[in-house]
Amino acid sequence: MATLNVLVLVCLLYVAFLFAVAFGADRAARRGRGTWLRSPIIYTLSLSIYCTAWTFYGAVGFAARSGLEYVTIYLGPTLVMVGWWWTLRKMVRVGRSQRITSIADLISSRYGKSNTLAVFVTLLAVIGTTPYIALQLQSVTLSFATFAASDPTAAELPDQQSTALWVAFGLALFTILFGTRNLDANERHHGVVMAIALEAVVKLFALLAVGVFVVWGLAGGVSETLARIDASPIADWNMTGSRWIGLTMLSAAAFMCLPRMFQVMVVENENEDHLRTAAWAFPGYLMLMSLFVIPIAALGLQTLPEGANPDLFVLTLPLQEGRDGLAILSFIGGFSSATSMVIVAAIALSTMVSNHVVMPVWLWVTGGTAVVSGDVRNVALLARRMSIAGIVLLGYLYFRMSGGGTALAAIGLVSFAGLAQFLPALMGGLFWRAANRTGALAGLGVGFLVWLYCLFLPSFGPSAILPQDVFDNGLMGLNWLRPQALFGAQGMDPLVHAVMWSMLLNTAVFVFVSLVTFPQPVERLQGAQFVNVFEHSSGAATGWSGHLARSEDLMIMSQRIIGARQAQALFSGAAQRQGLAGYLPEPTPDFLQELERELSGSVGAATAHAMISQIVGGATVSVEDLMAVADETAQIMEYSSKLEAKTQEQERTARQLRAANEKLTQISVQKDAFLSQISHELRTPMTSIRAFSEILRDTGELRPAEQAKYVTIIHDETIRLTRLLDDLLDLSVLENGQVVLNVQTGRLGDLLDRAVSAAGGDDRAALQILRDRDDEDVMLTTDLDRLVQVFINVISNARKYCDAAQPVLTISLKREEGSLMIDFIDNGSGIPTNQHSVIFEKFSRIGEIKADGAGLGLAICREIMARIGGEITYLPGQSGAAFRVILPEAIASEAHAAPA
Amino acid sequence: MSAKPGPVFLERRTYRRRRTADAARLLPFLGVVLIGVPLLWGDESAEMAKTTRVMLYLFLVWVLLAGLSAIISRNLDKGEDDAPPGETPTRDDM
Repeated sequence: MATLNVLVLVCLLYVAFLFAVAFGADRAARRGRGTWLRSPIIYTLSLSIYCTAWTFYGAVGFAARSGLEYVTIYLGPTLVMVGWWWTLRKMVRVGRSQRITSIADLISSRYGKSNTLAVFVTLLAVIGTTPYIALQLQSVTLSFATFAASDPTAAELPDQQSTALWVAFGLALFTILFGTRNLDANERHHGVVMAIALEAVVKLFALLAVGVFVVWGLAGGVSETLARIDASPIADWNMTGSRWIGLTMLSAAAFMCLPRMFQVMVVENENEDHLRTAAWAFPGYLMLMSLFVIPIAALGLQTLPEGANPDLFVLTLPLQEGRDGLAILSFIGGFSSATSMVIVAAIALSTMVSNHVVMPVWLWVTGGTAVVSGDVRNVALLARRMSIAGIVLLGYLYFRMSGGGTALAAIGLVSFAGLAQFLPALMGGLFWRAANRTGALAGLGVGFLVWLYCLFLPSFGPSAILPQDVFDNGLMGLNWLRPQALFGAQGMDPLVHAVMWSMLLNTAVFVFVSLVTFPQPVERLQGAQFVNVFEHSSGAATGWSGHLARSEDLMIMSQRIIGARQAQALFSGAAQRQGLAGYLPEPTPDFLQELERELSGSVGAATAHAMISQIVGGATVSVEDLMAVADETAQIMEYSSKLEAKTQEQERTARQLRAANEKLTQISVQKDAFLSQISHELRTPMTSIRAFSEILRDTGELRPAEQAKYVTIIHDETIRLTRLLDDLLDLSVLENGQVVLNVQTGRLGDLLDRAVSAAGGDDRAALQILRDRDDEDVMLTTDLDRLVQVFINVISNARKYCDAAQPVLTISLKREEGSLMIDFIDNGSGIPTNQHSVIFEKFSRIGEIKADGAGLGLAICREIMARIGGEITYLPGQSGAAFRVILPEAIASEAHAAPA
Repeated sequence: MSAKPGPVFLERRTYRRRRTADAARLLPFLGVVLIGVPLLWGDESAEMAKTTRVMLYLFLVWVLLAGLSAIISRNLDKGEDDAPPGETPTRDDM
């Protein structure tokens, strides 16, 4: 007899192996290796999470109770899969082009990015999936208990509750580790998918092994097996047509609507072409999984003692025959089926819960988007982890409360019927443009209520939740409201009855309400996007019009959500494509849409839409206007939207012209101001020089001390004059390109030291400078004196203009694509956006406060950097004023590489 | 005869591709019909159909469907989009 300890050991080893596989796959994917991770076979195998413990153990139980009926559960998905050209292809295309993260996200995106709908779908999915998770825990616990019971060495049976608790804990841990590693923009989890694919192979192999053993080992061959089936209680084919067709349709619907199936089929899909392979390979997989079910059931019914649980025949048959190895393999197969389902379901549900419930609430509580402090990314990760733990816990609680009594197949079908309620909204959304949000909400609501009343609540048994009186006489004594004979439909199978009424009423209400209500403009746009996805997959989703958008606000928000580096790369990339320098692109509709998609990967479509519309403001209104104008035909709509785009283009050009004009005017004003300034600057020292030299000339008896004082004043004033003239000269030399570079090699740290002490002046305590001296060990080969001049200028600017109570300047280094970036960021109020464009111009000074320069410093810096092949830019969206000095690769080299 | 071979060949290929897509669309309906067939068995007399017979039939249908699906999916061009708008069967106007 297999000892329990061996089983536990094998189980732990298997789990450790799964961890290793997931870890390895994750690492390979991150390093960009592992193209095999994205093969169609892996995709097909990952689809096999459809086959849960319900398949592994439950199918045999199902067959032992009602013969061939169990195949309907696999024939439905087979039909969907071979008909992939109709639906799955469209779902996958929509999922990819709209960056869909879950089925709730798909439905809410389709119906105008409505968060109400998303929350509703999420809620339904959680209610529908919890019993299913409980079912998996139950199956692992039961199979474990079966082993324990057959082990004479085990002193006492392990507590079932504690087994389930341990399993739940381990699953939550695995899911959190590999399911929430990163907030990937497209929600793909290579490690998890790889582990699932492996488990798919294991469970298929285990079930086939048991089947082969039963057919050739126990029965003694194929013909003998057929004879044994003919002699068994399930020999006759007596199937009612309604149940046969109803169950096939139900499983087909559930296959498309189950959150976990949606996760592997659409969200984790790497390549649409993988469907081509899955279209035949997955039906094949299902066929193999069902192949030996009837023989196992028939042999189990005949050879095992009366009253043995048919749900466990897969395990008890080998155990009874003393095939311990096979029994352990079978246990591992069941364990695989259960764990892979729980893991994927928890990931799918946690994505929904965190994106549609937790994040919106959190954003609302903390007061919106741009004013949030802290990193939204971390909150999203935390929310997802908590949701995973919560969902697994919910499954465990359901398992405890239900006591694990009901036959496995019954719970599974109840859950299927609940989740199938998504189907009308889903299919309507994909194929019918007039389907709208109100209709979807109403249909889902009605379908859910009917399911609850006719199937879910009665599934706990008479008098458990619904009193017996309601079963017999209907709700409030209304005879036509009996839960299992709604509207007088008596004598039907309760499941078929509930599925029929819920789906019928759901669809009818959905269609009717869609017909009589009017969709919002965003819904109509999204409807066209979804239904005609193959005609414009790359097209625009919701035309943002960015009149009022302020790129800097958008950047601040994006930095908090997707991280500073990624946001800067995204923004500067977009700016470059628009032909602009710097980090702030024009808020064109294209850019806003790209940004929205990028953000929706982290926080979900509805939230991303809400966040951007909060900053852009009034975007939906302008689309609404457009729609109001072009109401009737799609052609007018298209023409009008083109017109709108053109108008916007013109408006943008006009805005850019206005900006250029403004800049010119500003420069002209500055030039005037500078001329009067420079005359003033030149005149003031001249006046005092003249006055004091006259005193020296005309006053005969001056004391030596007085004489010295006056001469010193004259000397100081001439120095000031010279400096001013030097600056002017310097600039003109630089601008004319007559400068000769004096190339030397030196350490960056030393240069910064020089600059800090030169700019330090007397009050060293006033400005605190934070530096990372280890980073600064970089050798530079260029005109070092000129470079130091730039550093001095930037540092003394911070000293002069930083208006914080305790001014702090942070100097940090970054390396990107070979070039070295030195950021100088202070904690003051920064430079207003409208001044960004002129600060590097000559004669410009920000404000008129406490400035004693002539406004030439930054202009000189810019010229110097241009001469030595680098760049100096202003970095918007930081904590204060921020300048970035960029040195190309040729200048900067690592310290160890260059001989000092 | 001096027919231009190029266009004829191309059109033939486009034609074939569209019919393959049609086949892909029709396959699930074939599946539904085949799966429904056993419901018609065994009603004639008290003699009911045997589970074994239905089982063998169903698994044959299953293999057939997977096989047809494999052949059709292989023949649909890679990355090919839907048939042009004129041929798209599901388009309602709005």
